[in-house]
Amino acid sequence: MTTINTTVNTARFVLDPTSEQNPSQRQILARPSSLKGLTVGLLDISKARGDVFLDQIEQRLIGVGASVKRFRKPTFTKPAPVDLRHEIAISCNVVIEALAD
Amino acid sequence: MLPSADVKSMLPDGVHVIVKRDCATCVMVAPLLTQLQSSHGITIYSQDDASFPDTAKVIHDADLSISWHNNIETVPTVIKVVDGVETARIVGWLQNEWSHMFNLPNVGDGLPAYRPGCGSLSVDPDKVDALRAKFEGSLLVSRRVEIASLEDEMEALFARGWTDGLPVVPPTQERVMRMLSGTSLAPTDIVAIAPPDLVELTVEKIAINAVMAGCLPEYLPWVIAALKAVCTDEFNMHGVLATTMPVGPVIVCSGPGSRAIGMNSGVNVLGQGNRANMTIGRAVQLTIRNVGGGRPGEIDRAAHGMPGKLSFCFAEDEIDSPWTSLAVARGVAADTDAVTVFAGEGPRCVTDQLARTPEQLVTSLAATLLTVEHPKLPLAYDAMLVVGPEHARVFGDAGWSRERVIEELHARLQLKGTDIVRGSHGMAEGVLQKYEQLTLPKFRPNGILLVHAGGGAGLFSEIIGGWASGAVGSEPVTQLVTNVGTR
Repeated sequence: MTTINTTVNTARFVLDPTSEQNPSQRQILARPSSLKGLTVGLLDISKARGDVFLDQIEQRLIGVGASVKRFRKPTFTKPAPVDLRHEIAISCNVVIEALAD
Repeated sequence: MLPSADVKSMLPDGVHVIVKRDCATCVMVAPLLTQLQSSHGITIYSQDDASFPDTAKVIHDADLSISWHNNIETVPTVIKVVDGVETARIVGWLQNEWSHMFNLPNVGDGLPAYRPGCGSLSVDPDKVDALRAKFEGSLLVSRRVEIASLEDEMEALFARGWTDGLPVVPPTQERVMRMLSGTSLAPTDIVAIAPPDLVELTVEKIAINAVMAGCLPEYLPWVIAALKAVCTDEFNMHGVLATTMPVGPVIVCSGPGSRAIGMNSGVNVLGQGNRANMTIGRAVQLTIRNVGGGRPGEIDRAAHGMPGKLSFCFAEDEIDSPWTSLAVARGVAADTDAVTVFAGEGPRCVTDQLARTPEQLVTSLAATLLTVEHPKLPLAYDAMLVVGPEHARVFGDAGWSRERVIEELHARLQLKGTDIVRGSHGMAEGVLQKYEQLTLPKFRPNGILLVHAGGGAGLFSEIIGGWASGAVGSEPVTQLVTNVGTR
């Protein structure tokens, strides 16, 4: 007579291959109702003709009463250096974050 | 991992003998052991049968913990402990050594002078992985993720986003412990900071991803070396991921170890079919994905990508090469294991079946190298040139060294500004007008990496185009392969 074993398998575990960095939920800061009087940072990532685009953005921002600070990364292929990120953080109220290519 | 003499022992002072009944040598010395227990008070541990030797007082090493923690590989093994320190160890039956240990000139009279022992149950291939996980698994600190009882384990790993699109081997504790035996580094050792999330990369996390990739333990030091290399600022893995261009780390393995682990440097060298080639590169990519957080569509913004982003890893053919190896050319001592990483795109073939002189052949190779990325773009990209044996023979027979070949290539890759200025030859792409009167080299001086590899038949070479070269993008990096495991 054949006995069929219906027992459920014992627990199986694998080891987590990730960095296990589950970031805690971050709250988005309240958005300013107006840019008037605020300093806006624009970071040129050093791609060709990025400056042409940023010049236009700067004029639009000045037009709504913001003041603009311009920054530039040494190369678009690498993250911005720590010092530059720090300078942006302490000298601006608002950073416009966008990605295009 | 084996204890040397004069190390602290976990056994109490005295003489200890580890045996099993399923061993002819142990059975042969069993009467002697009983006798030595009476005369010298030895402690006997039996791995399999609690009543062996029959008339002796025996400690049953049922869970093999004593055998494991004392690194017993053979039975019988005799261990002498004095003042908490192991002072002597005899493996198998050697009459003169046993005589010396027990100070009995005629110990085992009538037995042969020498009889080798048998394999210890603690290193039995069917048991060793479970034992390693049981006794050393607590070294691992990674989160344990339970697979639900009705869940298919392969599907579970896909569902968690841990794969590159192909199935992975489930990284169980047993498999990860076995993988770690491939390196002498500790699981907690940090070997690099993994981009893009800048995570401290431990040997344990690399081993987990190497298991998933399908590596054998002996590949692990190569995976670690390649990860050290790609995680440097020079190589710039962050940029290699983030670029919209179709590049990934191309890993070239050099040295006798590449042959010892069975890597392919010959037929179909850049293709499928060799476990080491396929899984070492895959383990690097899985580690960057899972630990570093570099996933396609997120930080990885490639417009097209390429199949080699699954794995692009191969060995140099150093044995039949007319040249020094790439690793030696990059400053590594001869016969030393090393990896060189290069940010490259997919390979393309250069066909020249008619060239019989080095001048003819180098001119063909230069003409094709000119087209890397675009024939009108100079100085922006490096290239790796993988020369097949039949092409290399043309150079070797003529006595052209590696340096000579590279020099002759550069000489044929000087571009006239009028040919490459924007708009020339009906193509908008090109250099600025101000360069029109100049002559510009296609590659920077160290921008051609020459490798000898491929099958013995076929008058072909392969070009692997690079990405933004130098400090603005990526530099090739060479890293020694070290900390090979001992067990």
